[in-house]
This record gives sequence, structure tokens and C-alpha cells, in this order.
Amino acid sequence: MRLQAAGVKLGYGDNVIVDGLDLTIEAGTVTTIIGPNGCGKSTLLRALGRLLKPQGGEVLLDGKRIDRIPTREVAKILGVLPQAPVAPEGLTVADLVCRGRHPHQTWYRQWSSDDEGAVAEALAMTGLADLAERPLDELSGGQRQRAWISMALAQGTDLLLLDEPTTFLDLAHQVEVLELVRHLHQEAGRTVVMVLHDLNLAARYADRLVAMRGGRVIAAGTPHEVLTEELLREVFELDAKVIADPVAGTPLVVPIGRPHHTHSPASASEIS
Amino acid sequence: MTTTLPLRTRVLSWRVRVRAVVVALIGVVLLGLLMALNMRIGDIQMSLADVISGAIDVNSPAHFVVMELRLPRALTGALVGAALALSGAIIQSIARNPLASPEILGVTTGASVTVVAGVVLTGTANGGTSGLLTSLGIPALALLGGLAGAAIVYGLAWRRGLDGYRLVLVGIGVSAVFTNIKFWLLTVGDVNDTGRAMVWISGSLNSRGWEHVVPTALALAVLVPLALLGTRSLDALRFGDDTVTALGVRVNPARALMILAAVLLAAVATAAAGPIAFVALASPQIALRLARSAHPPLLCSAIIGAVLTTAADLIARTAFSPIELPVGIVTAVLGAPYLIHLIWRSRK
Repeated sequence: MRLQAAGVKLGYGDNVIVDGLDLTIEAGTVTTIIGPNGCGKSTLLRALGRLLKPQGGEVLLDGKRIDRIPTREVAKILGVLPQAPVAPEGLTVADLVCRGRHPHQTWYRQWSSDDEGAVAEALAMTGLADLAERPLDELSGGQRQRAWISMALAQGTDLLLLDEPTTFLDLAHQVEVLELVRHLHQEAGRTVVMVLHDLNLAARYADRLVAMRGGRVIAAGTPHEVLTEELLREVFELDAKVIADPVAGTPLVVPIGRPHHTHSPASASEIS
Repeated sequence: MTTTLPLRTRVLSWRVRVRAVVVALIGVVLLGLLMALNMRIGDIQMSLADVISGAIDVNSPAHFVVMELRLPRALTGALVGAALALSGAIIQSIARNPLASPEILGVTTGASVTVVAGVVLTGTANGGTSGLLTSLGIPALALLGGLAGAAIVYGLAWRRGLDGYRLVLVGIGVSAVFTNIKFWLLTVGDVNDTGRAMVWISGSLNSRGWEHVVPTALALAVLVPLALLGTRSLDALRFGDDTVTALGVRVNPARALMILAAVLLAAVATAAAGPIAFVALASPQIALRLARSAHPPLLCSAIIGAVLTTAADLIARTAFSPIELPVGIVTAVLGAPYLIHLIWRSRK
């Protein structure tokens, strides 16, 4: 058990989004949090990554309260990629990825050979070695997202929290990023927690799914256990068929939509 | 991009930006030349040999001019310029805005209010403010006003954390209020007092002596190393708050500490020479362009600030000789077009 939320109450000021939530992240797993917009999944991820202090309850990292561990020590164990991160202007890819080494550096040790090695490896893993000297502003959305992931990798943590790492990416780039996550998990044994919107990709790339609604965990388990037609109705208010993904065998969500609303004779007569 | 050289020993490892080092070295040489020129030129023109003998030989006729008039003034100018520029570089980094400067932190405008209040409200009509107020009181008043002004801005801008944009807006508002209080005080004061206050609030190095050099130098000896040590957290603080935290930096304490350093630097500089305009704004941006770095390099900014202020004071002293302009007038005249240029560029 690497990371645990115990009875956490989360929110911003008086606006409480999550209340009394428990969640356990096991070592060496890829956990994906799903749920409709505003269900508190990003808020939960921010709390797990100590970016948001719980108003109640506690977050435990390796059994210790995360807010009692110096934030710099946390940064050596746990990497967080926030949603839509902001970089200063004029930075190159290499500049950005180098920043990932920050928790390992001091004023007298600012660029050790460890730093250099970790940055080169992170750039290579994300396929950015050739773009290292390019300004971040000149990259495509997918390349920029990979640069941020590369920075989190350079941090060298074996726990990674990624908040919607595939937003703004086309399908091919989404798959590319998630393949990278799988690689990190399988080759390097990293523990990953992500927030994703695409249910089919979530099912394919996660060991465990956590479905949230209204600040509560509705279901948690393997994709097969969680992604059922009943759950989709309960959590997303979505009528859908769940079939087997012809490639991976994981659950595949096919939305039915609400055809009876558009073709309803009653509504047609009302319009005329 | 710029070339960097890794510099490694068993314990130390640094990455040296070659271009920044070259800019810094050229700046130091330029500063030396300008200082030497400042020593030579004036009501009494001197050769370099006169200056040197005046500095070394107590009995030389030039001794008084060099050691009591020109050197302390030139040193005050260089120190104040470096402090203002360093302060500006820190604030521009934290506000993530090239138009930010200590003025928007309420330091210089706050100092102006207390100094004008001190001079106008306690002055006597014939210009005979007591000696204590002029030599010790005005710097102390300026320091107090600067720190109080910054505390007000910081307090009003704080809302569960500090946002750079909010800081800039609050700072502009508060500075406008301070500026108007200052003008009101000037209208109620006696004309002789307001005249002297006007010279101070323009930012002036006239008749600055060792009593200005020593405290400024001592303050910088503490603040500059502290600011340079903060370079790394400042680097991180340029990112969004979540990213900064993820990298293991405690955002609010780190930011508060850097702002405190910037405020103290600006307050000390203002206490010694009044609010010299544009040095804090322009120097970091010039340093950034010369060093081709993505953000204002602290040490280069400080050196450029010293060079700019020294050059401006040389112009202020000699351009309309025998009349000596306040150095702040020269920096404002040079700086205003530069500010317009910056805004013009950021528009595009």
C-alpha cells in the first residue's frame, strides 16, 4: 500500500467537493479514476499529491501522513503532473525536463552526472531527444504533453500521479502517452494513478478503476468489475452497451444515447 | 540556445551559462570604466593620476574631492542601482510579468509618502530641517515607509496564497493612492520644504557621502547572497503553483521570502537615494536580452543596474553643468521610451 486517503474531506473554502472518502492505492498498479465532470476526481488526485490540503481526514504516503513529510522528500518519491500545467515563456524542452531534477539538487550541487543521466533518459523515453533544444511554445499539443511527462519522469519517482495526461491530444497521441504509462509500469514497476475521461482507454490501460460521482467512490476494482452497464447508468447517467474490446478483451463502452427523445412523436407534434 | 558548461568537482556541480558569464564580466569592466570617468569629470577635471594620488595621499589637494565627494557618490549610485535591479529581477520573476518592479510593491511610493510627510510636516520654512532629520531621519523614514507600503500591498493581495497577477493589480492601485497622498502633502507644505522634498522624490545622488555608502553596502552584503541563494526556488516559482509544489518547493514560504528580499533591497536603495525610476524595471529586461536567457538572470541584472545608474549619474552631473540634475530625472528620460518599447513589443 503506497498511498492512502483516509476519510478525507476536500474542497476550496466553504465549497466542499469530497467528504469522508477512503481510497487505497496498491504498489505497482495502474489506477485510473473515472467519473463525470465535477465529481471530484481531480480534487482527489490533487490531495493524493499534496497539492491540496484536506480539510479533514488524512493522506498517507507509505504509512506516514504526507503533510508531515518535508515536501522535498515527497518530491523524491512521488511525481505529480497537474492538469494544464503552466510553464514560463521561452523555455526549451530540455530546460523544462531539467526542472524535474529540482528536488535532488542543492545550491552547490545543481547539475550532477545523475541529473544529466536522468534527463537524457527521460527525454529518450518520451521520444523527445531530438526536440530537446526546441522552445516549448513551438511544439504541438502532443509533444508539449510528452515534455511535461518527461519532466515528471526526470524527477525519478516510482509513484506518478497524472491528471488527465491525454487532454488536448488526438487519439493516436492519447494511445502513445498511455503506452508510455504502461511501459513505465511494466518495465520500471512504477505505481501510477491517473484521471482519464476516455472510458475505453481507461479500461484498457488500468489494472484498477475507481468510479466517482458526487465526491464519493461508487465502485472500485478491475475494469471488468467496474465498467458495467448498471454502473454507467448510475455514475454517468448513460445508457450504453458494454462489449468486449476486440483487441484487448477489456470492457468497451458503446453509448446508446437517447434516440427515443429525438424521435418522440409527442415532441414532434409540439414543435408543429 | 545558449551554451552551458558543466562544472563538476567531487562535491560541487554547476552548470555555467557561458553567455551570462561574459555579459557579467563585460558589465563589471564597463562599471569600472564609468566609475573612473565619474572620478575624473566634474567642476574640477582630473587626470586618472590625480584621482589615484588623491585617493592614496591624504595631503593631496584632490583628496577631499575624490574621497569625500566623488567616490562615495559614485559608490552609492552603483550600490543603489544594483539593489534596485536585483529587486526588479526578483519581482518580475515572481509576478511573471516584465512590467513589474518594486514600485508596484508599494516600496518606493510608500517611502515617498513618509519622506515627504517628514520633510513637509516637520520642516521649517527657511529650509532648516534639523541636521538629524536630513542625515539619519530621511533614510530611516524612507525605509519605514517602504516596508509599510510593501506590507499593505502584500496584505491586500493575499488570498489563500499569492497570485502574481493579483499582486500587480493591487500594487498599482495602492501605489496610485500613495502617489496622490504624496502630491497632497506637497501642496500643503511650505515651498522651500517641498522643493527639497521634490529633489528627494526624483531620486538623487547629490551630496551622498560615506554615511550612505556604509549602511547600503552592509545591507547588500547580507541581501545579495541571500537573493542569489534563492535563485533556484525563484526558478521553480516561475511555474504554476501546482507544478512548484510537485517539485518539492513550499510555494508560499519560498515566495514570501523572495518578496521580502526584493522589498528590503528596494527599501534600502530608496533610503539611500530616493526612488530612482526605471532602473529596477529596465535592468532585468536588458540583462535577460543580453544573456539570452528565458528569465531575468539575477547577478547580470544587478551588474547592469549598477552600470545604468552610474552612467545616468555621470550624465546628471555633467550634461547641464554647473547645474546637477537628480539622477532619477535622467533614468526617467532614458527609461520612458524603453518602457513604451516594452509595452509595444508585448502588444505584438
